[in-house]
Amino acid sequence: MLEETGPGCLSEALKTGTTIIGVEYDGGVVLGSDSRVSAGASVVNRVMNKLSPLHDKIYCALSGSAADAQTIAEVVNYQLDVHSMEIGEDPQVRSAATLVRNISYKYKEELSAHLIVAGWDRRDGGQVFATLNGLLTRQPFAVGGSGSSYVYGFVDAEYHRGMSKAQSQQFVVNTLALAMNRDGSSGGVAYVVTIDEHNTEEKVVLGNNLPTFFDQ
Amino acid sequence: MEKRSTDSQVKGVSTGTTILAAVYDGGVVIGSDSRASIGGDYVSSKTINKLIQVHDRIFACIAGSLADAQAVTKAAKSHLSFHSVQMETPPLVVAAASVLKELCYRNKEELQAGFITAGWDRKNGPQVYVVSLGGMLISQPVTIAGSGSTYIYGYVDAKYKPNMSREQCLQFATNGTDALALAMGRDNVSGGVVHLVVITEEGVEHVVVPGDKLPRFHDE
Repeated sequence: MLEETGPGCLSEALKTGTTIIGVEYDGGVVLGSDSRVSAGASVVNRVMNKLSPLHDKIYCALSGSAADAQTIAEVVNYQLDVHSMEIGEDPQVRSAATLVRNISYKYKEELSAHLIVAGWDRRDGGQVFATLNGLLTRQPFAVGGSGSSYVYGFVDAEYHRGMSKAQSQQFVVNTLALAMNRDGSSGGVAYVVTIDEHNTEEKVVLGNNLPTFFDQ
Repeated sequence: MEKRSTDSQVKGVSTGTTILAAVYDGGVVIGSDSRASIGGDYVSSKTINKLIQVHDRIFACIAGSLADAQAVTKAAKSHLSFHSVQMETPPLVVAAASVLKELCYRNKEELQAGFITAGWDRKNGPQVYVVSLGGMLISQPVTIAGSGSTYIYGYVDAKYKPNMSREQCLQFATNGTDALALAMGRDNVSGGVVHLVVITEEGVEHVVVPGDKLPRFHDE
C-alpha cells in the first residue's frame, strides 16, 4: 500500500506496503505493480495505478509513502522535460534514474519512498534501475515494496536471462499475484506496462484474471 | 528494505532460520538450514541440526531461541516416550504436536520458540503440524517457518502441489534443495548446510547437503 496519513490513521512507522517489479528483456522492459493504497487498516484506493510516466519511454513504479513517491515522480517528470529539451532528443533511462536518485539521496531523512525506474532508450535498450534509499544500480530485474519480501525466492528461482516479451509479462503477473496473495498491504488489480522501441503498452489485469496458485 | 521485527528481538543464541515441511503421497519431507546466530551479527554455529527426533517417526523442526527450543523439545521427548509406554503404541503425530503446543501455550510469556512437527503414524499417515510462537496448532499439507521463510512464500505457493510423488516432493524441497537454498540466499541469518529428513512408514532417512552442492541461481 502507499500510505496516506490522515485523521484516524494509526500508522506509526510508514510501511512500504506495495508490490512493484521491473524486468528487462531483450528489446525492452516490463513494469508491474499492485493497486492498493491503505491508511492504517483501511483501503483508501483499491485501483491506484502506481506506474507513473516520467517520459514517453520511461516509467517509474512507486512504493512507500504515497505523497513522497508521487511528488518525486512529478518533480522528475518536470526535470526530464527540461533536460530533454536542452539536449534536443529523448532522455536516457539512466538520466531519469539519476534524477530520482538525486532527490532520494538528498532528502533521504525526510522522504520515505522507493521508486523503480525502467524504460527504453536508443543507446542501451531496455533498462531497469533500483533507487532505494538513494543508491543507483542497474539490475536485470528489481522488486520492491512490502510484498516483495514474499517473492524473493520465487523471482530468484524463476528469472533467467533471455526471456521473451511474453515470458517477461507472465513472470511479472505471476510474481504480483503471489505477492498480493501473501502481503496484506498489496492487492487489487495488477497494472503492467511494457516499453520497447516501438511502443508503450499499458495493461490492467483484473483480480479474477490473475493466475491462481496453491491455497491452503 | 523495510524493518523486520521478527527474530531480531530474541536474546542470546537464536536460530534465525528457514525450516520447511511438506506432505507427499506416502510420507513427509522436512528440511532446515544449519545456522545459529547471536543477534544477526555473529554466527555461533554453522552446522547445527534443527531437526530433532522426538520419537521414532516424528520430528520437530525448531525456530526461534535455541535455548527455549532445546528445553521444550527435551521435555516433549520425555512426555512422549512416557505417553507411548502408557498407550502401548507409538504416539500419533498430532499427540507430539499437542505436547509441544501445551508447553508453548502455557509458558508463552517466557518462551520464544516455534516448531514444525512432522511425521508418520498408522492412523493418519504422513502429517505436518505447525506450532507457532504463542501456541497455535494447525495442520497444513505444506508449511514454512523461521525468518528466512518470508522470502519463499511466493515460491512455495507457486511450486507446491498436493499429492505429489516422493520424487516430485524431493524436487520441490530439495533436488539441490531449491526452496531452502533460495531462502538461505536472501536471509542473512539462515545459511550453512541443508539438513533433510524423509519420514515414511518404512523408516527415517537423513540427508545432509553441503553448501557447495546447493543449487545456484541467476546472480551467483
